[in-house]
Amino acid sequence: MRCTRAIAASWRCNNTALTMRDVFILGSGQTAVGEHWDLSLRQLARTAVSAALNAALPARPQALFVANMLAGQLSGQRQLGALLADYCGLRGIEAIRVEAAGASGGAALRQAYIAVASGVVDTALVLGVEKLTDKVGSSVAAALGSAADADWEAAHGATQPALAALIMQRYMHEQHLSLQQFAGFSVNAHSNGRTNPNAMFRNNLKAESFASAAMVAEPVNMFDTAPEADGAAALVLGAAHMLAPAAARIRVAASALCTDAFALADRADVLQLRAAQQSVQQAQAQASCGAADIDLFELHDGFTILAALALEAAGYAQPGSGWQLAHAGKIGLQGEIPISTFGGLKARGNPGGATGVYQAVEVEQQLRGAAGANQVQRARRGMLQGLGGNGATAVTHIFECLN
Amino acid sequence: MEVSRNWRLQSQRYRMEGLRCEQCGTVIFPARAHCPQCAGESFASLALRGLGEVYSFTQVHDAPAGFEHDAPFFLALVRLDEGPLVTAQLTDVERETVHIGMPVEMVTRKLREDGERGMLVYGYKFRPLLRQRRPDEAVALPARVRVPATEAVAA
Ligand SMILES: [Zn+2]
Repeated sequence: MRCTRAIAASWRCNNTALTMRDVFILGSGQTAVGEHWDLSLRQLARTAVSAALNAALPARPQALFVANMLAGQLSGQRQLGALLADYCGLRGIEAIRVEAAGASGGAALRQAYIAVASGVVDTALVLGVEKLTDKVGSSVAAALGSAADADWEAAHGATQPALAALIMQRYMHEQHLSLQQFAGFSVNAHSNGRTNPNAMFRNNLKAESFASAAMVAEPVNMFDTAPEADGAAALVLGAAHMLAPAAARIRVAASALCTDAFALADRADVLQLRAAQQSVQQAQAQASCGAADIDLFELHDGFTILAALALEAAGYAQPGSGWQLAHAGKIGLQGEIPISTFGGLKARGNPGGATGVYQAVEVEQQLRGAAGANQVQRARRGMLQGLGGNGATAVTHIFECLN
Repeated sequence: MEVSRNWRLQSQRYRMEGLRCEQCGTVIFPARAHCPQCAGESFASLALRGLGEVYSFTQVHDAPAGFEHDAPFFLALVRLDEGPLVTAQLTDVERETVHIGMPVEMVTRKLREDGERGMLVYGYKFRPLLRQRRPDEAVALPARVRVPATEAVAA
C-alpha cells in the first residue's frame, strides 16, 4: 500500500492532479518558552536551528521558511528570512518569512512541505520565532490585536481575548454553561506542562481556582487564556532519500490551510470554526484517515473556547458539546483524544508565530516515542492545528510514523 | 488612526451606511466588494437604522493602546434589525443590566484618541434602547442559521 502513497498525496488543482513526493521530518529543535530577557530574536532562532540541524545531519537545508507575527511591530525588524539565514550560518539559501497571525507556524510548515513535496528543493528548514516580551502592556495587546480587522474590530477596541470572549459568552448562553465548566481544558494543559522542560508554566492548576482568576475580557480570564511568550522552534523537512538509514520515518501525511470570513461578525456562524473544519476534512482525506485514527491532537488552545470549538470542528464532538470533553478521561495523555500533550498554548506558552512549529516538534517527539513523561502510548498518527485571528486562518497537518 | 483612513470610512462610521445586494437582497455592513451570499457585485446603498439587539458581549479589562482610559469597557456583537452582525462598543450600560438580547440603538461617540496631540476618532457605539420602538420599527430579528457541515465543505 505504501508505494501508492505519493499518488494518494496528490490533490486536484485547476483540474490537474499534481503528484507530490513524500516528505519526512529529518530533525527538530526548540528553546524553552518563556520570558527570555537575556536572549534576542536572532539568538533564540539560532538555538532552535542549531538543534534541528544537528538532528538532521548530514542533510543541510536548501530553503528557510520563517514563521513570525510581530517582529516588524515589536522589534522593528523585518526581512527575517535573510536576517536569520545569515545569523544561523545559512547565508546564501532561499529564505522568506511567512505570516498568518497565530497560524504562522503551520503556514510556514506548509510552505516548506510544498517546497519539498513539489521537488523544488530536497530539504527545507521551518523556523518559528517570536520575541514578545521586550515590550509590555497595551502596546503588546494592540500589536497582537492587529491580527483582527483593523477597521471594523480593532478600531472599536477589540483584542484577540475580547473576540474570543464574544464567542465564549454566546456559547455559554446557548449551552447554559458557567465559566467553571471550561476549567478542564486548562487543568489538562497545566498537568501536561508540568513535565515539559520547555514549558513556560510547569505548575498544576487547581480546577477550584480556575474561575477566580483576574478577568482579561469577561468571561475570558487569566487561567483561560494562554500566556504570551518568547520562543523558537525549528524543523528540517526532506524528501525520502534525505533520511538517514537508521532514522525514524516520520512522514508529513497531510497539509491543509483554509480561510473563513475575516471579521468575527461576518462569520456564517460565530460558534463554528469553519476553516478549521474544512482544513481537518482536507487533511484527513489526504492522509486517508478519520478522526478515530488520530492518536493525539495539538490544537490551538489560546483560549479554552477555541479548544472546545476545535474539537467540534475536527469531529470529536457535536456542535455545542465540545466543552463536555474537558476532563482527563477524554483529553488527557491516556484519554480518548489527547490534546495539548506538552502543555499546549496554555501551559507551554504561546510564542505567537512560533507556536505552530512547537506543535510540530511536539507531535514529532510523540511519534518518535521521545516524549518522556508526556508520551502518548502507541502514538502512530498525530494532528496539529494552528488558528490565526480566532479562526480566520486554520492550518492542519497530520504526521504519521512509518517505522 | 490616519486622517485619510478615517475619512474614507466616514459614511459608514458616522451614518452606518450599508449596502443591499441587488441580486439577492442581502443587507451588508460594513461595505464590501462581493456579496457573501451570492457573490454579486452590484449594490444599492442603504442607511441602516442603527437598531438591534446584543448578540454577545464582553467587558474588556486589558485594553489595547488607544483605549486605556476607557477600561474596562463593553464590546459587543450587535445583531442589527436589517440582519448584519456588527462589532461595536456598548455605552451608558452597567454590568448588572447588560445582557444577550438587550435592545440597543446606535449613537455616535468618540472611539479612541491617539495620544495627547493625536486625532480623535468618532464612530458608532450602541446604548440601551430607551424609547419604545414605533410599530414600523418592530422588525423581527432573523434567527441564527446553522449551515450543515456537508454544505460548508461542498461550498
Ligand atoms: Zn447577494
